[in-house]
Formats: sequence, C-alpha cells, structure tokens
Amino acid sequence: MTALPVLISPRLAVQTQGGDIARGWLSGGLLIAVLTAFALSVLTADARAAIGGAGSFDVVAILLKWSPLILEGFLFNLLVSVLSMAAGTGLGLWLGLGRVSQLAWLRHAASAMIQFFRNAPRLVLLFYCMFLLPFSITLPFATVPLPDAAKAVIGLSLPVMANVAEIVRGGVQSIPVEQWESGEALAFSRSQILWMVILPQCLRRMIPPWMNLYAILTMSTPLISIVGIQDSMTLARAALVAEGRTELFIPMYLMLLSWFFLYCYPIARWTAALERRFRVRI
Amino acid sequence: MEGIADFFRWLNDARGINLSIFYDALDRSRFLEGLWTTVWLSLICTVLSLVIGIVGAWLQGARFGAVRGLVQGYIQFFRNTPPLVQLFFFYFAIGNQLPHVIDEHGMLVPPISNIGWAILSLSLFAGAFNIEIFRSGIEAVPRAMVEAAESLGYSRLGVFWHVLLPLAFRISLPALNNNLVNLVKTTTLAYAIAVPELLYAAAQIWSEVLNVREMMNVLLVTYVALIAVLVAGMSRWERALRIPGYNP
Repeated sequence: MTALPVLISPRLAVQTQGGDIARGWLSGGLLIAVLTAFALSVLTADARAAIGGAGSFDVVAILLKWSPLILEGFLFNLLVSVLSMAAGTGLGLWLGLGRVSQLAWLRHAASAMIQFFRNAPRLVLLFYCMFLLPFSITLPFATVPLPDAAKAVIGLSLPVMANVAEIVRGGVQSIPVEQWESGEALAFSRSQILWMVILPQCLRRMIPPWMNLYAILTMSTPLISIVGIQDSMTLARAALVAEGRTELFIPMYLMLLSWFFLYCYPIARWTAALERRFRVRI
Repeated sequence: MEGIADFFRWLNDARGINLSIFYDALDRSRFLEGLWTTVWLSLICTVLSLVIGIVGAWLQGARFGAVRGLVQGYIQFFRNTPPLVQLFFFYFAIGNQLPHVIDEHGMLVPPISNIGWAILSLSLFAGAFNIEIFRSGIEAVPRAMVEAAESLGYSRLGVFWHVLLPLAFRISLPALNNNLVNLVKTTTLAYAIAVPELLYAAAQIWSEVLNVREMMNVLLVTYVALIAVLVAGMSRWERALRIPGYNP
C-alpha cells in the first residue's frame, strides 16, 4: 500500500557485532590513540616512580628488557590459535556437511553436537580437555605422548569446530536450490554436486565469518594461561612478579593488550572489507 | 530427598562414581551458590551492557566528531583485545593503583572487590558489542521515520527514545541474544580472579573431594543446560517480537 519502505534491512556485518569500520582515518587514529595511551601510562608511571623516591627507574627500559620473552609467549599464543583453527576447520567442515546431509539421523546427530559445543563455555571445555584427556594415547604401533599444549589445542578447537560447522551449513544453504537441480539435470551425483558445484560457490561467502572466528579464537588463547600453560599472559605476570613494582602493572598489561589489538584489528578491518565485497546484491 | 542422597551415596560406594553435590550438604550448597552467582553476575552484566549499548548508540549519533571518535575507539579496543587480558588489566593493573579504603572492621581493603571488577570488565566488553548491534538496528529505521517524528516536534532525545530505540530493539534482538549468550559464557573468566561463580565452586569441590571427572561432567552439562534454557527462552521472545512480514 505504502510507497515508503517500512524498514530497511539491517547491515550487521559478520563480526558477532558488525560494523561500519570502513572510515579510513579511523584505523590510523585508533592505533595512534592506543599508542598514546600506552606512552602516557609509561610516562605517569615514570613520574610516580621519581616522586616516590624509591629510586627512580626507567619503565621503558624495563618493558624493553622483558618484551622479547613476552613476545615469545605471544608467538606461542598465535601458534596455538593457528593450530586450533586448522584442527577446528578440518573437523568442522565434515560436521557441517553432516548437518546438511540427507540422512536424518546424521543430520540430527550433527545438529546436537553443534549445539552442545557452541553452548559450552570455552574455558570449561578447556578445563575438560586438560583434566580428562590421558597423558598419552596408545595406538597399535606406538604410544603417542599428549603434552599439555596439545590438549589445549584440542580444547580450543572444539568450539571452533562447531562454529565452522555452522558457517558451512549457512554457506551451503545460501546457495539457491536451482543449483542442485541443474546439477542433477547434468547427471552429477549428490557428492559431485556438493564438491564441484555448491562448495566452490559458497567458499567466498564463508571466508569473512571464518576470519572473524579466527580473530575471536586468537582473543581466547590467553585462556590457556589459566589452565597452566606458559603463554604471553603467564610470562607477563611472571615479569611483573620479578620486578615487584606496582607502577609497572598498567604499562605491562597495556603493552600486551596493544599487541593483541595490533594483530586482531587488521583482521577485523580486512573481514569487513571482504564482507562488503562479497555482499550478495539482490 | 533422602532417597536421592542414599542413591548417590550408594553410587559412590558401589560404583566409585562420586557425585558429592547430591548427598553432601556443604558441596551442594557451594555448587548452588556458584550457580546463583553465575546467574546474577550474568544478569547484572546484561543490564549494564544494555545501558552501555543504548547510551553508546545514542552518542554515536552525536554532532561532535570527537564524541563519535571516542565511542568508536572504545568499541574497537574492547572488541579486538582478549577479554581475559582486559579483566586482568582492570583487576590487577587499575585495581592496584587505586588507594585502599578502611572498611567497617578497620581493615585496609581495595575500594572495588574482585566481583566489582568482574562486573565492570565484562559489562564494558559486552557493551562494546551492544553499541554496534543497536547502531545497525537504528540504521535499519528509515530516515523518513525520523523526519516524521522531528516534524511532530520530538527533540533529538525524544526521537531516539520513543521512535528509534523501540524499532531498533526489535530488529536487533537476534544479535542481542547472541551477544547475551556469549556474555554468559564469558562469565567463566571471573574464575581467574577468584569470583566464586559456578566454575570456581566446581573447582573448589573437585580439589577437596577429588572427583574431577564427575564434577567436570556435571559442570559441562550444567552450563550447556543453562545456556540451552536461555537460548530457548530468547528465541521464543524473538518470535513473539518479530515484526510481521519483515525478514531482512
């Protein structure tokens, strides 16, 4: 009846969040803001140390002294994130294909598994894997030791698996049913249609949410420090204990936060850019 | 009630499956208190994060570029850094710099307790996501609607409160629910600063009773059930509030 649009479709980007982070000046401005905040906290700590009279000290020098060690921990965080992402993607692809299977029992089983692992908190899953997986696995030909780091990777990859499965399901279901029908008309088998017609088309649409998932995973890797694995967080805290100065707390944690920010923010921007490029235009 | 306790006592004696929370009064009360702490921690954080989301979304429409830039900076910083490091930053770094105060017992205590920091940190984390969610909902309301309201003499705040927000809320409810579920899952991080929520209570029980395997399973099932109930309730609400004929 009415000529005016009642409501416009919301543009919620993939990020569980979404967003218009397109404004170019912003990223530069933000990075500068973060670094300024960091510098300011360093300076104030410096000033307080000087006033405190407990022997003035150079916050920057102390941070520089410890940063190679903490950086190693940070790289370990990134390694864990990459391995978990790889494992989670490999498993999640199959789980997602199970979710769109024509076999009812397989579909229901996959759906239940996805719901379960999406609803369980990451930290609880991590605890579960750390405590309940065995120290080693005995295979017919050898005994494979299972170090703590491997258990952590497994624990972090379980929620990734469920989320990747959801992405795959969404991608496959976003392809119009005519594609399946025309594949059938050309005498492709169901698995041929899936692998040669459907998946290549939805791959493009699955990349932005997949990258978003990776950023979220990277931001959850410091959880492994809670279950006793030495990562950047553990090392930062150890450095703070070794120095024993409360003035150092703010600069040290800000340094760690800004490293994660510098790694994750470009991914978020890139994701948003891809998302805009791949947007389906109707 | 006694029968249930007897059954689980028997299960422990005969089968070695020690579910102490079902027959030991102390363990049960600790577990239930942990569950209750998780629930109200989630509730308080939800309310605060919604307030942050609404205020932030309003400020994003501000005339001053500086205000918009600040809000944007806050959103990006909290969305792109690990929530655990944020929590530690607030609790250890900022908490240590605040002057201690004297409580009613004459003890020197920090002005904000660990629960206070957990609430603050988790609300700020979830609030950053909520601002973006509300913003995308507000953008979905056509410009003509705002102009119509303005022509009826609404102030900027009036337009926001009476016209934009009610519509935006209905549009962004699915995304808000996702974020809420995420928030409830993130409350487990409070374990790291010794807030006695469900995970912490469970860890206390299993380290005393030495029933890690049983408690681990109970914990996982409890969380999954808690969140499944939340998801079911929220999707009912979503269906009830859906704008008829509107599918984005």
